[in-house]
Amino acid sequence: MAYLLPSLPYPTSFANTVYILFFYCIIDCMFVYSMCNSVCVVAQVRPLHGSGCGQQQEAVGMETRPETVSIFRTQENDPACQSEQHLGQYYTVPASHFHTVFPHGLPPRYQQQVKTFNEGCVMVRQPALELISHLKRADYINPTLRYLLYGVKGSGKTMSLCHAVHYCSTQGWLVLHIPDAHLWVKNCKELLPSSYHASRFDQPIQASNWLRNFRTTNEHFLSKIKLRQRYVWTKRESTEEGRPLGELVDMGVSRVKSSSDVVGAVLKELRLQAGGTEGGFRLAVAVDGVNGLWGRTTLKKEDKSPVAPEELTLVHNLRKMINNDWCGGAVIATLSQTGSLYAPSSAYLPQELLGEEGFDSMDPFIPVPVSLYSEKEFESCYLYYLDHIHFHHWLQHPHSQTEEGKKELIFLSNRNPSVLERLCAFL
Amino acid sequence: MKCSNIVTQMQMLLLSTYFLFSPERRTANMAASGGRTVGSFLWKCGNCCFNFNTVSSNLTRQVLSRQLCVSAVLHRKNLAAAGPEKFSEEFIKKQVEEFNIGKRHLANMMGEDPETFTQGDINRSIAYLFPSGLFDKKAKPLMKHPDEVFPKQRAVQWGADGRPFHFLFYTGKQSYYSLMHDTFTKALAVEKHQDRLRGKDLFTQDAKQISLVGSRWLLKEELEELLVETISEHDYARFIQLMERLLSLPYCSVEEDFVQRYRRQLEIQSSKQQVQPLQYDQHGVAYSTGDGRRKTAMGTVLLRDSGSGSISINGTNYVHYFPVLQDREQLMFPLHFMEVLGRFDMQCSVSGGGHSSQAGALRLAISRAMLSFLSEGQVETMRQAGLLTPDPRIKERKKPGQEGARRKFTWKKR
Repeated sequence: MAYLLPSLPYPTSFANTVYILFFYCIIDCMFVYSMCNSVCVVAQVRPLHGSGCGQQQEAVGMETRPETVSIFRTQENDPACQSEQHLGQYYTVPASHFHTVFPHGLPPRYQQQVKTFNEGCVMVRQPALELISHLKRADYINPTLRYLLYGVKGSGKTMSLCHAVHYCSTQGWLVLHIPDAHLWVKNCKELLPSSYHASRFDQPIQASNWLRNFRTTNEHFLSKIKLRQRYVWTKRESTEEGRPLGELVDMGVSRVKSSSDVVGAVLKELRLQAGGTEGGFRLAVAVDGVNGLWGRTTLKKEDKSPVAPEELTLVHNLRKMINNDWCGGAVIATLSQTGSLYAPSSAYLPQELLGEEGFDSMDPFIPVPVSLYSEKEFESCYLYYLDHIHFHHWLQHPHSQTEEGKKELIFLSNRNPSVLERLCAFL
Repeated sequence: MKCSNIVTQMQMLLLSTYFLFSPERRTANMAASGGRTVGSFLWKCGNCCFNFNTVSSNLTRQVLSRQLCVSAVLHRKNLAAAGPEKFSEEFIKKQVEEFNIGKRHLANMMGEDPETFTQGDINRSIAYLFPSGLFDKKAKPLMKHPDEVFPKQRAVQWGADGRPFHFLFYTGKQSYYSLMHDTFTKALAVEKHQDRLRGKDLFTQDAKQISLVGSRWLLKEELEELLVETISEHDYARFIQLMERLLSLPYCSVEEDFVQRYRRQLEIQSSKQQVQPLQYDQHGVAYSTGDGRRKTAMGTVLLRDSGSGSISINGTNYVHYFPVLQDREQLMFPLHFMEVLGRFDMQCSVSGGGHSSQAGALRLAISRAMLSFLSEGQVETMRQAGLLTPDPRIKERKKPGQEGARRKFTWKKR
């Protein structure tokens, strides 16, 4: 890479070439950073590692232009250290953590955006901060607290959930992230009758997928946690007591047929061991679209009669997880109308989406409302898209940079984050 | 407009004879069949009551069929080329008499005073008695003075011995040249009058002038219609030149009547936007309402000042009601055009149509509601931008023999 960065005494004339080279820079930034101890001209090396609270990492070497103060970005990449002063600002999730923490939890459009921008930036918003402060202050001796994020469509519930999950993982908790509970109650090609319980149904594909992602997220825990009970899968296979959890998970991934039961076993073990004093860990259960667990399903049995959610093994076990009869962790859930079945599009309140049964099961919970962007948040989102240092005018249209254009964007999106993102995608 | 309850059979009968069914639209075939249906109708009411109706109904049927048959000629615009006259003078005179009598009967039927029954009253009565669902104005029933219905025709220009009546007949354009001669004679008369005044020392430059404001010269087509003969552009230009020369004389007001015969009043531009005054609610906030229509959708808007740009449609948020970007852009257009994007709060209600026409209806309603907040110049710019024009497009009618309005059936070779 060094041969691409000849050192010149005249930085301004080199600006164009640097811009073109920047694409290479951004991928190899970490590599360049280490190489940057020698004299080289780089536009701006942004530290993609976030480490510690409040440490500022400056670009090494000569800077071609003065560091512009970004009002909408913050260097504070650790969720634990973020506070109200960072409200409305974007922080970057370190690229190394990105794939381990969020293998499956992010909204699909956001994943595309991350791929395009080559960095994962999350806005610090009020609901997420509130959630994190609750998590910090709660004592984990009492039965688990349940937090429910609700709001209109596209207001940022899933992103707040992911923010909280990032916090939990940086604090060393075990994260149980179910990306979308609705995926378990619809579009299932294979429904096997459960071996464990006669009237229930297994979903092998979904269960094994989820186990794989679970393994990616919580690698370091898998060897530490030991099973407390013996599990018999078939006549010839069983997992003994005292074996590490990792073995169980591997077995579930490889033996797809019994993966749903493995999921059930994993959840049970974690539930029992979460608040334990010896080798205790905190457990975070993050469920997106939790209202899918109590509605109706679109799955049908062989005789064309509809399947109720409690007849699915995965759903049954997950419901047990959400009950607050265990301690040593927290349950963070989001309501979602987008993937939900048989729910009107205008419904967003817990009462409407959870239904009677769901509401009774979730009760008592701490509701966390997620609203549309405030003025400040909208401002910072707008500046993020406008950030020409990094993205070469993501908002290409010249009119969008004016005050008028901003007002138009406000009107057309009504400050709804997802609508705004879709709007800016083609501008 | 009262309708007398006792519309006697006789009156209806008599009315139908004077009444012409859409003379401009009918062809000969349709006229014949129309004559037949009218005849049958007449027969029915004839049989109910009177004996003498058989005779009169025969007569009326003949008369009616004759009227309807000749109506085909009325298509023709080229008056001079119409050839020898189709309607004789007595015929036209008889038509005029019948029209007047029919007018009186109609007035009696409607319970109005026959003396003061105007053409406007006639039109309204006919529209009331014979309601028509047709869209084309020319296809609807009408009852007008025969001079307006039958085109003007030239009487025969020469006598039994073949000698023409008018001395300018052999110029080919006798009415035109006689008009030019008349005008010139008038000009000479004015000059003579001026000389006489000069002789008496009463000549003043600032004599009373003819007021030409708000009127225009006759158009070439109108002049042709008046003279009942075709004239060329050059001729028309010469005529106007001569009239202008007449007007240039200081004492032309002597011949004011003659000049005014060849001028028409200009229409007063009365179709301005009616801007309603602003209303204030109890907190002193200004608000105004507007409504608009597009296709089948109707929308109303309540626009409130000093707001934050929030919009609610039928009680729900506008982003939720119009998920399509295009509809929201339509709502945004009037506000963005006048640069008042964040100023107003809106409460809208809309019904009918589809999402696109609802958005269009709301756009018109917003523009109309905004008029009360804007100045004259801004209203003019809005009008020129087309924000205040209701979109006249509606769904085109499906025609028989075709699958849709334009689409024909699949063509099969055999």
